[in-house]
This record gives sequence, structure tokens and C-alpha cells, in this order.
Amino acid sequence: MREVTNVMLVGVGGQGTILVSSVLSKGLVAAGHDVKMSEVHGMAQRGGSVTTQVRFGEKVHSPIIGRGGADVLVSFEAMEALRWIEFVKPTGKVIVNDQQIPSAPILAGRRDYPVGVIDMLKSKVTTTAIKATDIATQLGNPRAMNMVLFGALVEAAGLGDVEWEPIIASTVKAAFVALNVNAYRAGRRLMVH
Amino acid sequence: MIRSNSALLMSGNEAAARGAYDAGVSFAAAYPGTPSTEILESIALYKDDVMAEWAPNEKVALESAIGASIAGARALSAMKMVGVNVAADPLFSYAYCGVNGGLVLVSADDPSLHSSQNEQDNRFYAPFAKIPMLEPSDSQECYEMMRSAYAISESFDTPVLFRMTTRVCHSKSLVTPSRRSEVPLRPYVKNLDKFDLVPAVSRRLRLELEARMEKLAEFSETCDFNRTEWHDRTIGVVTSGIAYQYAREVFGDGASYLKLGFTNPLPKKLIADFASKVGTLYVIEELEPYLENHIRRLGITCIGKEKIPAVYELNPDIVARALLGTEPPVISCDTSVVPPRPPVLCAGCPHRGFFAELGKITTRLDAKRQKYMIAGDIGCYGLGGADPLNAMDLCICMGSAPSVGHGAQKVFNKFDANTRVIATLGDSTFFHTGIPALIDIVYNRSNTITCILDNRITGMTGQQDNPHTGFTLQGEPTKELSIEAVVRAVGVDHVRVINPMRLEEVDEALEEALRLDEPSVIITRWPCVLKKKTEEEKVEFRPYAECFRIDAEVCNGCGLCMQVGCPAISLDRATGRTRIDPIACNGCSVCEQTCNFGAIIRAERQHA
Repeated sequence: MREVTNVMLVGVGGQGTILVSSVLSKGLVAAGHDVKMSEVHGMAQRGGSVTTQVRFGEKVHSPIIGRGGADVLVSFEAMEALRWIEFVKPTGKVIVNDQQIPSAPILAGRRDYPVGVIDMLKSKVTTTAIKATDIATQLGNPRAMNMVLFGALVEAAGLGDVEWEPIIASTVKAAFVALNVNAYRAGRRLMVH
Repeated sequence: MIRSNSALLMSGNEAAARGAYDAGVSFAAAYPGTPSTEILESIALYKDDVMAEWAPNEKVALESAIGASIAGARALSAMKMVGVNVAADPLFSYAYCGVNGGLVLVSADDPSLHSSQNEQDNRFYAPFAKIPMLEPSDSQECYEMMRSAYAISESFDTPVLFRMTTRVCHSKSLVTPSRRSEVPLRPYVKNLDKFDLVPAVSRRLRLELEARMEKLAEFSETCDFNRTEWHDRTIGVVTSGIAYQYAREVFGDGASYLKLGFTNPLPKKLIADFASKVGTLYVIEELEPYLENHIRRLGITCIGKEKIPAVYELNPDIVARALLGTEPPVISCDTSVVPPRPPVLCAGCPHRGFFAELGKITTRLDAKRQKYMIAGDIGCYGLGGADPLNAMDLCICMGSAPSVGHGAQKVFNKFDANTRVIATLGDSTFFHTGIPALIDIVYNRSNTITCILDNRITGMTGQQDNPHTGFTLQGEPTKELSIEAVVRAVGVDHVRVINPMRLEEVDEALEEALRLDEPSVIITRWPCVLKKKTEEEKVEFRPYAECFRIDAEVCNGCGLCMQVGCPAISLDRATGRTRIDPIACNGCSVCEQTCNFGAIIRAERQHA
């Protein structure tokens, strides 16, 4: 059971966390791992905070982890990483998209977006901050930021051996294959350098 | 480790649907409800072999499945746990009849109330209704148990309760499916002694029900789904459902397990035998002490709910803390600086304009000191009660807004409390159980105002068709039921159909309804912003603009546009001006209409 790896994807409803977890899970299954993936649907999705967990290894029992369980946390939005930090192992890694999406109390001017999120993360745990949305915008579409983060995740979790590109190609719509593959490659390059 | 290529990553819902399909099911009916919705959506894909339908509510869904079963087909009905309350009447009755074709009812429970109004543990329905129950713990078990459920149903002549939970429904794990068994229709033979539940028949069936439960109790002792896993015997764990996975995660091979999958009736001998061979006995189950109560009644000492929480979901962390007293190493960090991120009505949601006006009217001060109560209902429009719209007082259960509103209005009127009640519910909710509630208002003569928020789809559960979308679950065109015609037919004389995006229209309709001293209905008609519109809808419901923007020269930062609670609008605290996100904005124009200074103007979307 020790060799199970836990990945947690967090973000805001509509950011494409589900697509990443789907690509990740497919690739892990193809690579011969036992895989469990957990997500919550319904009320939680209407612009709320969303989390997906993917666990893989020789044999996986629980589909979810508790506090201190994640080897890698990928946060699609900056302050969401902080919200879920308790779920990261002290020896784990955080990949965070350096993009701010204000929540309702912030939009309404009642709360401030927290200052210094990235620095706080870096002071607590191994953190890589990526301007994934900017990179995806340069590649042609800001929505592809999820695949930039996925590329970074592949490096952080040591999953470079899996043939990811055909899996991406078979998961996204035909018109967006090139965009998504380019975004994925950009994400991987960022982590190598 | 290389696994067989035939293993597929499936959610529990998909696996249960595939299991039902492979068991030869040919009729399935449900009302959508998280976390059960994808079961019917998945089985609906087998169009050639399975008739799959959205019913107007769970009672009708189960009844139509019962009809299919009596006619000789294997049938499935699926619903979220509160839906079983709605369907309890036919469930308890059909338990007396037994079946012709096998019948399985899925109850998808929602521990932690991710998307529900209560946290009921529906395992108790099985002993209450006196029917067998299966509890899968992962997708492979969903598949296998569903296949077996039909054999159990037909060989013991009983409907079967198939109890899932959110983490079983919505987790994906590997499944190795086999092939569909073609099950011929069992002949239908008229049999009053079995299916005509008049008291004389039911009294006899009542005895047969007890005899059947005894047979099922014997079966439970040897059923493969109740299995013992022997490892270290110092600790023994009795567990079922998803809690089994958490127990395995925490104790690994350091404990022995009695893993129960067939959990009504429970296997007394198997439990006693297991308990006698282990040291400390833990009962690890999510929510209520269902297994534990039973085990204690057998006179067996165990440790359960005195340590393991009976509220909310479990996870391995909670189980380890409760039973081992261990805490995982965690990163300590003050996260109180992170503001919450509650769900909100989408940008462009047609409910926004309606609630913005309703909130304005019901919170204004007027000379007559008129007070208001807004009765809400289950659906996205529940979010109309959140800040800053604040246009809701209560929400009890699906379809209840008109009837709860009626009772309140009668009391307010009788005791001169100077309070008007406005009930709000959605289109699908109206068809669910809102129609009899509206009849109650008309029949018993209250002046309750009913607002039917018609967004032309079942929104919250993810865009399911319903009786007035014009399409069935399997995509067939069908009669499009008119809400207005139904409302008039039940006797409401004052009916207005309005566009909720036009604030003046909303305001006028509400004011008119408030002036009336008799029942009235306002139907707000505009499709959900997430709906894939039909060709006709594209013509009828055109957005007012691609998007809007703030004219910084004109905006004086009054913040009135913030009061519509749109996620596309934000306040820049540095400049005191608002801003509209051009990508998020859907051009609904509600904020434009609230601005008193003409500072919100049409713009074109900036394409990336």
C-alpha cells in the first residue's frame, strides 16, 4: 500500500480539472496501474471550489485521501492551493497556476483576495508557480491552461514514461488536439528547465 | 503490473448501469438527482435493448418500473436517497407482491450532503420495507452485484434495494465487464392473489413476506458478497460499502475483515462466528450504526459509533484518528485568509433578473408595513437565497414551495399578520410534485403567489430533459407539455408569462400579483444559460448583447450592479469602480438595467 501515489486537482468549477483527471486516469490505466479517481458533481460545480483526486499504484483501496495525503497538489487557481494545503504531504509538491479568480465575497468587495499566496505556499512546501493561463493564451486559447498544468504534473509525479500525447488526442475534441498537445509540451518543458 | 486490456475505468454509476444492462434489463426509469443521475444517462445509451425514461418524479419512476416488472421484464429504477421517500409508497407495497421480472431500486445516498437537503441513511429502508439489500464498495462490485441483484430478485420473488453512496457513485475504478444475458420476457398471467393489494390479499402476503425474509436470512449466510478476509486476528473489522475501502486503507493486512455486501437480512451466524475468532471487534460504517445495532442485538461486544463519527462522510484519515488515535503529518498553515468560494448563479442565468427584482420588492419599506415570506424549492434557484440576492426564506423539499407557502399564507391571513407568501420553484420541480401543491392553493383558496422559473431544462443535475423540453431521455421528440396550460387547467385564473431578463416586466408582474387577493402564477420563461438551445429556441431567446462593459468615464462606483450577484462583475477596491469580465459575461443585460447612470454599455467579446 505504501507505493500508492496520490494526486489532487483543485480549482474553480469550469476550469477543466475533470478533463485533466480523465486524461491522467486513462494514461495510468494504460500503463498498468490500479487507479481510483473521485470527484463530486452537482451543487458544488456552480462556480464553487472543486476537487478531484486520482490515486494509483499496485492496489488502491480508498478512492479518496484525507489530510496530509497528497503527493502532488495541482491547483488551477492561486488561493485554492492554500485552501487545500492541509491535504498535501509535508514532503509533497504543489504546482499552482499563478492566476487569481476572485470568489463571490471578493467580487462583492467584502473580502480581499489574500496577498502573497505564492510566497506563503513556497515557505511551506515545495511549490512551482506557473503562469499557465498566460502560456495557454500565447498558444492560442487561455482555456488550454489545464493542459499546461497537466504537463507540469507529469514531470512532478515522474510519469514521463507514459505515452500521453495519444491519450490527450483521444480525449479532447479533434479541433483542439494540436492546442492541447502544445500546451502539455509547454508544461513539461517548464518543469525540466 | 500489466492488467487485462478488458478492464475499463468506470464510475460506480456507469458500472451499475452496465451491470443492469448485462443482466438483461429492458426497462429503466428515474428522476434525476445527485449522485444518482448518471445511472439512467448511462443505461439510456443502450437504445436498442433498453427503454430508459425520465419520469416526472421518483414515485412515478418506481411505479413504471413496477409495471414493467409485472409485465415480465427486468426493470430498474434509480434515485437519490430523498427520492426514495417520494417513492416509498409503491416500494413498500410492491415488497408484498414480489415480482414477475426482476426489479432493482437504486438508492444513491449523499453522506456529507454535497448536494442534498438532509443526510438520511437509506439502509434502514431495507428492513423497514422488508426487502433484500446490496451495498457495493467500488465499481467492480457495482457491476457484479447489479447482475446478481436480478437473480436474487427473481429467485426470492422480491424487489431488491441497491444502496450506493456519493463516493461509490462518483468514484471511478477498474471494471471487467462480461456480456449481456438476453433474458426472455416472463409471461404475464393475471394473478389477483399476487398483484391486487386489497386487504384480504395483503393480509396473506404479509405472512409470505416474513417467510421470504427467513429464506433470505439463510441466503445471507452463504452469499458470496458476505466474505471473510483473514489476516491478523487481533483486530476484526465488520464493514460494508465505501467504509470497507477506508478500513482496508487504514488497517491493511493488520486486521481481519468481515466484508458485508448483502446487508439485509444480515448474516447472524457469519457475524457471530467472525466475532468469536478475533480479538477486538470494530464496526466501521458510514453514517448511522446500522450494522452496529444489529451486532449489539446479537449480544456481541464491539466498538463503533462511540469512536467513529455518525455524521458526514468518512475517509481513511477520520477512521485512523478515531480508532488508532493517529494524526498524519500535515503542513500547518493559517488558511483563514482564504475567503470561501460558495456556488453562485452562473453569469447569464435567467433566474438572476427575477431574484434581483423579487429581493428588491420584498425588502423595501412601504407605508402599509407589508411583510413577505419567500418559499423556495430544490434546484439552482436555491442560490437565489444567497447574498446579495437574499430572496428566499425557506426550502424544505422538492415541489414543496407552493404547498408550504399555502399553509403559511393561510395562517398569516387568518391571524392578520400582514404577510404575503411568494413561492418559487423550477419547471422540472413543478412537474415533480409542484402540480398537486398548486392545486392545494386553488382548492383551499389562499392568495399565495406561485412563480415557476421555467429555464426549459433540469439544470442543477446537469441538463436533463423533462416533460416540457420536447425530448425524451433517449432523444426522441415528444409532446411538449405547456406549463401555462397546466396552471390554467388546475384553476388559476391569473397567469402571466414573462421574460425574467426584463426587470420591468418582472416588477410589473409581481406588483400585479401582490394586488390580487386570489391565487396567481408567474411563469418566467428563458432557457438555462448552459442549455444547448434548439433551433426554435435560438430564434426565440436571443441574448441582448455579446457582452457588456463598464464605461469608466460614467461609472461613479455606486455599486448597485454588484447587487445582482453576477460572477462576471467585480469591485476594484483600489479605484472603487466595478468591472465586467468580458469572457465571463453572457450579455444578459440585467446589470445594465440596474444601473441608474447608463455606465454599463454593450461591447463585443474579445476573442483570444
